[in-house]
Amino acid sequence: MAGLKPTDVLPGRGPALGTRLFLLLACSILLMVLDSREDYLQYIHSKLNIVVYPIQAAVDLPFSIADWISTSLASRRRLLAENQDLRRRQLRSDASVQKMIAIEAENARLRALMDTAALMTDRTMVTEIMAIDLNPYRRLLTINKGSSAGAYRGQAVVDAFGIVGQISALGPLSSQVLLISDPEHAVPVEVNRNGLRTIAVGTGDAQTLNLPFLPNNADIRLGDLLVTSGLGGVFPAGYPVAEVNNIEIDPSRPFAHVEATPAAELDKVRELLLIWPGGVQEQ
Amino acid sequence: MRAVYRFDGFIFASLIGGLILTIVPLPDAINAWRPAWLAILVLYWTLHRPERFGLLGAWLVGIAMDTLTGTLLGQHALALMFIAFINLKLHLRIRVFPKGQQALAILMLILVYEFLLFWVDGVAGFSTRGMARWLPVLSSTALWLPLAALLKWAMVLARRA
Repeated sequence: MAGLKPTDVLPGRGPALGTRLFLLLACSILLMVLDSREDYLQYIHSKLNIVVYPIQAAVDLPFSIADWISTSLASRRRLLAENQDLRRRQLRSDASVQKMIAIEAENARLRALMDTAALMTDRTMVTEIMAIDLNPYRRLLTINKGSSAGAYRGQAVVDAFGIVGQISALGPLSSQVLLISDPEHAVPVEVNRNGLRTIAVGTGDAQTLNLPFLPNNADIRLGDLLVTSGLGGVFPAGYPVAEVNNIEIDPSRPFAHVEATPAAELDKVRELLLIWPGGVQEQ
Repeated sequence: MRAVYRFDGFIFASLIGGLILTIVPLPDAINAWRPAWLAILVLYWTLHRPERFGLLGAWLVGIAMDTLTGTLLGQHALALMFIAFINLKLHLRIRVFPKGQQALAILMLILVYEFLLFWVDGVAGFSTRGMARWLPVLSSTALWLPLAALLKWAMVLARRA
């Protein structure tokens, strides 16, 4: 430490240090209290998100470059095989879509007979997960779409198999997704077989959801598919959420112990879909 | 005389590096061991450059970290600022400690840091179960001496260039 002036070593800020500590402590506590009350800090959050976006982009860059290299260097044979596979899958989906069209038309007729609002198809947009590790104690992801793409806070996010989560913090270019497996997250669901409604709560484990509010005599079986019920207003109705894989009934407890495996591949996917219920908008 | 904080490119670069290391994906097996990079850096700079880096710097870095990791805004800011405060109070003593003793002091400070995070999580009602959240205390302490040597060496190089 050559060349230090005495004022450098003893900066003479004894009394001021305590004051500053107090001020910043007050600031932090105020921010945390406001932040835990949901909506107050939306504006600050989105502004801060712009500030840290370059860091997120820097972390993601090597992964997107590696992705790009592996796709541009993929061998002809592999591409052909993949192409064939995709073609086959396309054919299969086409076949089921044909049936769907008839069913949809029938559904619309029946709904018209019953005088209920027609079901609208939901608009979607593809988004990619950025290669970023967030908080190890929560289940969060960062995606590369934000308010500039029309996303909004509380928007439902799905993958090819089911509900993944909802947008919990929104920035202009990126946003955070709270997964359904987060211990703080709950999805209103219904059993697809009989319409029994309940709530699926995350456990922190990507393979398990908990259904804590089912009474012992509830009509639920192993293998039952749980779909979103549309209650609560966040998730549009009818998307697969999970499959029941464990039921323990203990007469001494008021509720059955029911667990389910999420339909979405929460810890594997790289591409997700954002959903605008009822086709509100897409850009 | 009040210290006037001046912008220091080297400190800034190291903190950006720390933020990047904080969110870089790691294999699941060692993810829990991810050191508290920013806590180490904040301790290092308040120890060796108290005239350049103080409470406000630590607080701002914490806010950046909160935004990046999706925690409650102010949680890491509070924890980093608090250990910076303790360190500023004691920096004249800690600086001349023998290396082993210095690492021990750093261990205690990182423990305070993790405890504050744990405490806020508890108050805010987030899950606080599991011992895995205390592992970074060990890995951060283990990294203190190598990282301090590295930063010192890099600073000497930067000054020569």
